Order: sequence, then structure tokens, then C-alpha cells
Amino acid sequence: MNMLKKQLMPKWFYQMASPKWCYKITGQLLPIFGCAALGLLLLGTVWALLFAPPDYQQGNSFRIIYIHVPSAILAQSIYITMALAGAVGIIWKMKIADMVAYACAPIGASMAFVALITGAIWGKPTWGSWWVWDARLTSMLILLFLYFGVMALYAAMGKPSKAARATAILSLVGLVNIPIIKYSVEWWNTLHQPATFTLTEKPAMPVEMWLPLLVMLIGFYCFFATSMMLRLRTEILSREKRTAWVKELVTKSSVR
Amino acid sequence: MGHIMQFSTWIEFVDMGGHGLYVWLSFAIAIGVISINVLQPWMSQKKLIESLQRKFQRESKLK
Amino acid sequence: MMRVFWAELSRDLLLAFRHKGDFLNPLIFFLMVAVLFPLGVSPAADFLAQIAPGVLWVSALLATLLSLDNLFKSDFDDGTLEQLLLSPESTYMIALAKACAHWITTGLPLALMAPLLAVMLFLPTQAIATLVISLLIGTATLSLLGAIASALTVGLKKGGVLISLLVIPLYIPVLIFGASAVQSAVDGLPVTAYLAILGAMFALSLVLAPFAIAASLRVSVSS
Repeated sequence: MNMLKKQLMPKWFYQMASPKWCYKITGQLLPIFGCAALGLLLLGTVWALLFAPPDYQQGNSFRIIYIHVPSAILAQSIYITMALAGAVGIIWKMKIADMVAYACAPIGASMAFVALITGAIWGKPTWGSWWVWDARLTSMLILLFLYFGVMALYAAMGKPSKAARATAILSLVGLVNIPIIKYSVEWWNTLHQPATFTLTEKPAMPVEMWLPLLVMLIGFYCFFATSMMLRLRTEILSREKRTAWVKELVTKSSVR
Repeated sequence: MGHIMQFSTWIEFVDMGGHGLYVWLSFAIAIGVISINVLQPWMSQKKLIESLQRKFQRESKLK
Repeated sequence: MMRVFWAELSRDLLLAFRHKGDFLNPLIFFLMVAVLFPLGVSPAADFLAQIAPGVLWVSALLATLLSLDNLFKSDFDDGTLEQLLLSPESTYMIALAKACAHWITTGLPLALMAPLLAVMLFLPTQAIATLVISLLIGTATLSLLGAIASALTVGLKKGGVLISLLVIPLYIPVLIFGASAVQSAVDGLPVTAYLAILGAMFALSLVLAPFAIAASLRVSVSS
């Protein structure tokens, strides 16, 4: 069985399982992603605020899209990442995958929060009220609830390995449910509020508008990678603090 | 970038055609949340390394 | 395989009948919550008739939620659960039997008592059949999904509120389609589409949920 598995997966997959190797490689990747995130987010923000043309209907409040859409996309991608990392942790009993899943939850929840609050702020000039039961906002709210559930379960479980398995099961169940929730909320929305125009569905957005959006989106992804790796490295150190390599690393690096 | 700047004066830029409050509030919240998500794990990593350093120093003195 | 299912089911049902509280408390809770709405909002007949589908469905959902805490608790406390998982029998079937027993002791009575509450809330008579059918299918899904959360939290001391936190987001699609089915029966529109979707969600959870329940139970039982 072991031999079979070894042939199935590439070599880096097994190297990933070693906390030491993972700590080293994330240490090299971290500055790259950190600089990319900072650069792209700065560029995107300046572009979005100063150079992107205003929307002909919504005027300048349209600029909120450059925060709202990337954070909403990120919130969903992070949930998928978390669930898949949890699944890898269960199937291959890989501790690093458990830690990745653990590191994902708070970032995903904060992105869902940003998407919700910017959606609400956007709603004020667009619909005239701070909250509208719009399909996208409602399913984002439910996604935030799913994150809360995962985080609460993690906090309630004592032992990290047990908590990791329990939250992995929960996030996989959530992953199966997300499309069903999205579908049912969209359907419910059309039933109760016909013909409210959605914030982001624009027929053919011009290049000047979507190019900065793309820059922001990539910037947000790089930010996620940075934040996740920072959390992951702290988690690796704290769980491996009794090993020789951590001792060597910590005593050597008196500069940082 | 190649586009024209959309605002000619600072006041116009801050006002955002009357939507200034909404736009600036959104961007401020996003910047705040992103910074917290980077600084908080950074700080906790620093703290952990420092506490481990102290621990290992104590242990080496005991020996 | 089926032998395990029937053995576990009959054992759980027998236990439920011995402890009448497990059986009656959700029903009484259902009744009480539904009574809160006329008291808290308005007793006007036309207003109640308008909100009745939603109120009945939300109350049934909350009553199911309340009963989830006890699903695995007693078996966990006296060590039966560990024995069941150690036995060579299929854990899938055991998990399915547990969820099924939970539905028979909560969902089924809730659905059967719903017409009484429907009359008290002035739900139009043509919608009562749809209410009962949607509750029968819907509460089965609720039991299966709830059993996952119950299995995850069974080893924890303060599981009660946590279960609600884990499971309410998963319950939302069932609530939406269940309440919409009744609403559309009130309006005299066809309801088969809604019932079909409820049925599809039930079928999906029937196939997948026992895996998640069994895996969760293993996690909870492991030290």
C-alpha cells in the first residue's frame, strides 16, 4: 500500500509532510508573496481609486467593487482550500495539511466579513438601505456562519489532532452544502424580490474597469498566501517546539 | 496604465461625487482587516520565537 | 447489513419509548414556540395565515435542533457507542439506524402534530397536506444532517449551543424549500417541484450523511 501511494503522488507532496522542510520552503516563499501582495494591492488601489472610470449608473460608489468582489471570491476559495486541506489531512494523515486548514479559517472568515460589510456599505448609495436580502449577500452571510461553525468547533475541541479531524469532516460537509445553499438562496431571492438589479453583474465590463479588478484579485490571493504561511509557520514552531531542529533554528536566529 | 486621471482636484477625489464616505469607509475597512491578518500572525510568531529562545537559554544554563 | 440496521433501530426505539421525555419534549417545544408568535406578533387571523408556513417550519426546525443533543449522548456516556464502533458491523448502517430512530421519535411526531398547529395559526386547509408531506421529508433530512453535528460534539461537555451553530447553516436550504412548498400550496400553486427538491436533498443526505456521521463518531470516541 505504501509503495503504491509513493508512486501515485509526486515527490514534493511527501516532502510537504515534513514540518522542517515545509518551514524552510515557506520561509523562502514568504518574502516573494509578501512583496507581490503589497505591490499589487497598492497598484490596484491607486488604479481603482484614481484611474478607473466611474460607472454610468452608480457613479463613484462603483469603486467599492474593487474590494467587494475580490474579498467575496477569496472567502469562497479559502473555504474550498480549507476543506481540501482537511481532506488531505484525513486521508494521508498529514499534519501540515491539518495546520493549513487551521490557518485558513480565520482568514476566510475575515474575508467573508469584508465582503459583507462592503456589500452593505455599497447597498446604501445603490439601494438606499444598509442591508438588502440580496442573494449574493445572503449566501455570503451563510458562508460566514459556516466559518464560525468551523472555528467554534476548533476552539471547543481540546487536542489539535482530534480537532483537525473533526473540523475537516465539518468543512467537507459544508463544502458539499455550499452549492446547494447558493442555489436555494438564489432561488428564494428570485421568488421574493423580483428584478432587483445585482451589484456586480454587469453586462460586459470594459477593460479599464476589469483590469484593475484583476490586479486587486491577484493581490488578494497573494495576501492570503502571505497571511496563511505566517500562521502556518507559527503553528509549525509551536507544535514542533520539542524537536531538535526547532531548537537549533531558534537559538541560531537571534537576529529576527 | 494609460488612462486619464478621473479627478482634477483633491476635493473632488475625496468627495467621490458625493459617495466619498462609502468608498473611503470600504477601503479603510479592507486595509484594516488585511493589516490585522498580516500583523497579528507576525507578532505571534515573533513572540513565540522569543519565548522559545528564553526557554532554551534557561535549559542550557541548568545543564 | 440490514440485520444490523434493524437491530440498532429497534433498540433505539425501545429506549426512546422507555424514556418518554425524549419523545415528548420536542413536541411540547414545537407547540410552545408556535404559540409564541400570535402572542408576540399579532393574533389577527389573516396575518397569522400569512406567516403560518414560515412559523411552522421554523418551529419544527428548532424542535429538531433541540433534540439533537441527546442523539448519541447516553450511548456515549455508558460506553455503548465505543462498543458499537469496535464491533465488526458496518458503522454506516449503525449511523443510518441512529438517524432513522431519531427521525421516528422526533420528525414523524412533529409532522403528525403539525395539522393541529396549522389550524391554530389559521393556515388555509388546502395547504395542510403539503405541510405534513414537506415536514415528513424535510425533517428526515434535518435528522440526518443534525446527526453529523451531534456526532461531532458528543464528546464535548458544552455541546448544546455548539450543535446549533454547526447545523443551522446546513438547515437553511431545507427550510427555504419546505416553507416555500407550504406557501405555494396556500397560494394554490403546484407543489410537486418543491417536494421533488426536498426529496432530492433527502436522497443526497441519505447516501452521504451516514459516512460523515460514522467518521465523526470515530473522531469523538478516539481519545
